[in-house]
This record gives sequence, C-alpha cells and structure tokens, in this order.
Amino acid sequence: MAIELATVRYRYAGSTSAALGPIDLRVEPGRVVGVAGANESGKTTLCLVAAGVAPAVVGGKLDGSVRIDGVDAATLRPHELAQRCGLLFQHASTQLSHTTATVFEEVAFGPCNLGLPVAEVVERVWMALRAVRIEALAPRDPARLSGGQGQLVALASVLALRPRYLILDEPTSELDPAGTGLVADALARAAAETGAGILLVEHKLDVLARIADEIVVLEHGAVALSGAATTVLADPRLEDLGVEPPAAVRLERSVRGAGIEWSAALAKAIE
Amino acid sequence: MTESSPSHGPRPAAPAASAGAPADSRPSGTVGPETGADRAGPAQAVPSVELEAVSFAYPDGTRALTEVGLWIGPGESVAIVGQNGSGKSTLVRHIDGLLRPTAGCVLLDGRDIRPVHVARLAGLVGLAFQNPDRQLFAGRVSTEVAFGPRNLGLRGAALDERVRAALEDVGLGREAGTNPYDLGYSRRKLLALASILAMRTPILILDEPTTGQDARGVARVRQVVARAAGEGRTVIAISHDMRFVAESFRRVVVMRDGRVVLDGAPEVVFAEAAWGELRAAYLEPPLPAVAGARLGLGATPTEGSFVAALARRRAKAGVSPS
Repeated sequence: MAIELATVRYRYAGSTSAALGPIDLRVEPGRVVGVAGANESGKTTLCLVAAGVAPAVVGGKLDGSVRIDGVDAATLRPHELAQRCGLLFQHASTQLSHTTATVFEEVAFGPCNLGLPVAEVVERVWMALRAVRIEALAPRDPARLSGGQGQLVALASVLALRPRYLILDEPTSELDPAGTGLVADALARAAAETGAGILLVEHKLDVLARIADEIVVLEHGAVALSGAATTVLADPRLEDLGVEPPAAVRLERSVRGAGIEWSAALAKAIE
Repeated sequence: MTESSPSHGPRPAAPAASAGAPADSRPSGTVGPETGADRAGPAQAVPSVELEAVSFAYPDGTRALTEVGLWIGPGESVAIVGQNGSGKSTLVRHIDGLLRPTAGCVLLDGRDIRPVHVARLAGLVGLAFQNPDRQLFAGRVSTEVAFGPRNLGLRGAALDERVRAALEDVGLGREAGTNPYDLGYSRRKLLALASILAMRTPILILDEPTTGQDARGVARVRQVVARAAGEGRTVIAISHDMRFVAESFRRVVVMRDGRVVLDGAPEVVFAEAAWGELRAAYLEPPLPAVAGARLGLGATPTEGSFVAALARRRAKAGVSPS
C-alpha cells in the first residue's frame, strides 16, 4: 500500500524538456512526506503526477510508473482516482466549483458526486469543516471569502472526500500563523488517526519541521536532497536550493556567524 | 498602546483652505500622471493617508471593517497583519477607492476622496492584488506592464523605459515577450507586482506579496519594498510572514475582526507585552522576538537585533567574540 513513483519523468504537452524527473518517491499510509524547492522546481508537477492527474487530465508524456496501492494510475478512472488521492490545488479559486451558494454546499459537492447517501454527506461536511474549524463559514457565500478562508474551504472540500492519500500543494500559503498551525495539526491528525498518506508541498519549512516524517527537496524537477525531516532541515545546502530553512535553524546560524558560542540556554530559548 | 496611536510624528492639520474641498478641484497636475522616466523618487508629492472611523459591510451583510481610524504619513512603510478574514484586504481597497466606506471617510492629503473617480486615484495609489490572476489579462508580459503607465499618459521611449525598469526590478527582465500564463504562479505574482511598480505611484500597496515565493522571490520583494521606501514613497503591505514584516517595515498595524488593535514599530508590536493581543489576533511573534524575551534581551523582532543584543550582553560581561 503506497503511492509509488518509479523512475518517473514527465513533460507537459507542447514542451520539449521534462518538467519532472527522473524521480523515485514513496508515500505510505500514515506518513507525511514534505516537498520543498525553489519556484518552478517541479513541486506542483509532482503533485499532479502523483495524484494521477498528469498526464490523464492535463496531457503530456509520462515515462516510468506511478502506482497507487499497486494499481497503475493510468488505468484508474477519474472517480476511482478521486477516492484514492485527494488533490488540493495551490489556489482555492482553481479548486472551488463556483456553482454553489454556500460553503456547506461547496464542501458537499465532492461527496454528493460520489453518490453517497445524504446523511453521510452531511456528516462528512461537518467533519471536514470542524477539522479546519470553519463551521461558522458554513452559510457564507464561497465567492465572498477572504483569500485564507477560501483556502480552508478548499482544504475542507478535499478532506470531505476522505481519500486514502492527500496531495496538498501549498495548503497554508495564504493562511495566518494560527491558521497555518491549525492546518498542520489537522494534517498530522489525518495521518495519525485515519492513516492517510500525505504528500505536502510547503515553502514554510517550519510547517514541515512540525509534521513531516521525511522531506524531498527538488531542483530542476529532480531530487536534490531527501531523507529524514530533521536531517534535511539542517542541511546547509537548503539556501543554495532556494529554500529558506526553518526559523530556528536560521537563528542558530546567525548567532554562530557572529562568532557567538551556541549554548544550551540559547537552544532552549528557541525551542 | 492605543488604537492607531500616532506614534510616528505629529499629525499635521489639514490646510484649512482644502478642508471639505473636493479633491477634483485641485489644480490640474497634482493628481495627474508622473511623466518623467527618472526613477529616483516619485515626481509628485506623496500624500498622507487617513481613514476616519471607516466602517464597511459587503452587500451580503458581512461586516468587514468597524470604525477604523488610521493615519499614515508620507513615506511611511507599514505592514498590516491579522487573522484571515480580519479585514486587511478590505481596508487597503478603501485607499485606492475600489471600495467606498459604508460610514466614515478616507482622505488623501487631508482631502476626502469620495468625489474622486477610481481611475484618477489609480495615478496616486497602486495596489497589487493578492491573487495575480485577478489582475493579469494581456497576452504578453510587456503589454501587461505597459497597461498602467499607458493609461497614465506615457508613450514611446518613456513608456518602454518604465516597463523595462519594472520588469528588471522583479527579476523578469528576460520575459518581456512571454505570455503571462506561461509563467508559474510565483512569477505571475511578480509580474502583477511589476505592472503596479511601472505606474510609479506615490503610494504602493502590496496584498500578500510574498505568498508562494521561494527564498529568492521573498528577497526580490524585500528589495522592491526597500527601494520604494528609499525613494520616499509610502509602502503598505499586507502579510502573514512575520519575518518579512519585522525586517522590512518600520510600522506594524494589527487587525482583528475589522478593527485596528495594535499599531506601532516592530519592537513594540512584537514585544512580550503585546503577545496576548497578538495571539488573540491569531498571530505569533517572530522567533527572534520570542527567544529575546526568554533570554531577557528586550525587544528583538529580527535576527539582526537578536544577535546584536546577544553580542552587547556578552561584551558587557567581558566575553569577546571568538
């Protein structure tokens, strides 16, 4: 059981060069795999490929294999993919259906399309809204939300599908610090309690420091660094790869860089 | 700390002659386009920004602002922070006239902007949207960036120079002929920023400019802010990135539920005494501020101030850097 990418290369339709690959990656149930990297290093493409959306929906050419729980992603039909992999796009406006009058209906849109009984749809919608604490937004018009609220609604609409794997492209980019923490906790819970496997693209490495088991750093579509989260987060090559290290790592570096000895008291102060 | 304390110099009284006079009655030229291609500073005077007890409710009844009072002096650099949905974007849309208050008024240079058409305000206030896709429309990057200054009356070499400089500033100098939608999101966002920069407005407003940017992109945005502030322009940015806020802005305005609840320098807003209020606004102080307070170093909102305070303490204790 896992999403498995084996020597995958992918190029978009009309492009002569590969946007991604060669890449090997494994996302197991209950694990959080963080993805970092500079802009245009292939993070979003990796999400599309791992979710089976590219090339099935967006075209292009894929070499190598993407298997979801042992099944070749290319053989799965859209509704089968949707129940296995929940994909959260980078922008809420891409995700939302723009057909519903309230946030409640928006979040119900996915489960309804799965043909679930009404009672279960309702139960799932409240579960998803509660997970990111936006129950109060339920009666609001999805077109009249702030950027961050829209992002939480989009995430709730994916959670309501209860997919086995969650593939999330910068889910906290427009959230305030508290909202960011809330989403991190909700994802950690989804992995621990429901056994969801999570592929999480993030520029905020503090989020990955908090919940990722392992981290992959991309450069020009290929893996530049990978390993246990703590190891990758402390890697001195991060900045060269266009990735801002977590605040604690930066602060320790600045102190040492000023010729000041790093002490246990300092380490405790940044905990 | 009081609501929007005017801790940034005395608030000048509006000239009596202009009080209540519609801004449209100003001599022509004051609101008109800046025509010089010279990039050193805004060619027109930078107006102060004032919100007087501004309240705003959206048509569906959502109340977004409640009696916001705020005065921003010419050339100030101000970050606006707060919870999602706290009214930040709504607030800045009042400064360029995209939204008009339900109650209260907005003044530029002491004049009520109510009678001033939004197209005229566009020459004074540039606002880069949070979502670039709501702003971009052209088929070429250079056309996109030229749109604003062209509407301000620029033509020919002066226009070309504006476009070139703005693209250079955001690191898109080599993408002039590209279709904006062939750029990734982060670069579309920089393009939206360039198209506002090209207008060289005395007031520059950026709605979450660092969202989706990697470390290099954030550095670009910081440069843009520093340059605009260095030229004496007023820069107002909405951000959730507390490091960016603490390092790039001299003043921080904190919003909660449509009100301004804290207003001061980063040293004040991120000081331990304000943490309760910050957390109530769903914000967290930057790590150097937290670490500085724990070590009794005082207010250290940035890495630089933290390291400096640490070095001072060690010097006092007679320990020289190794």
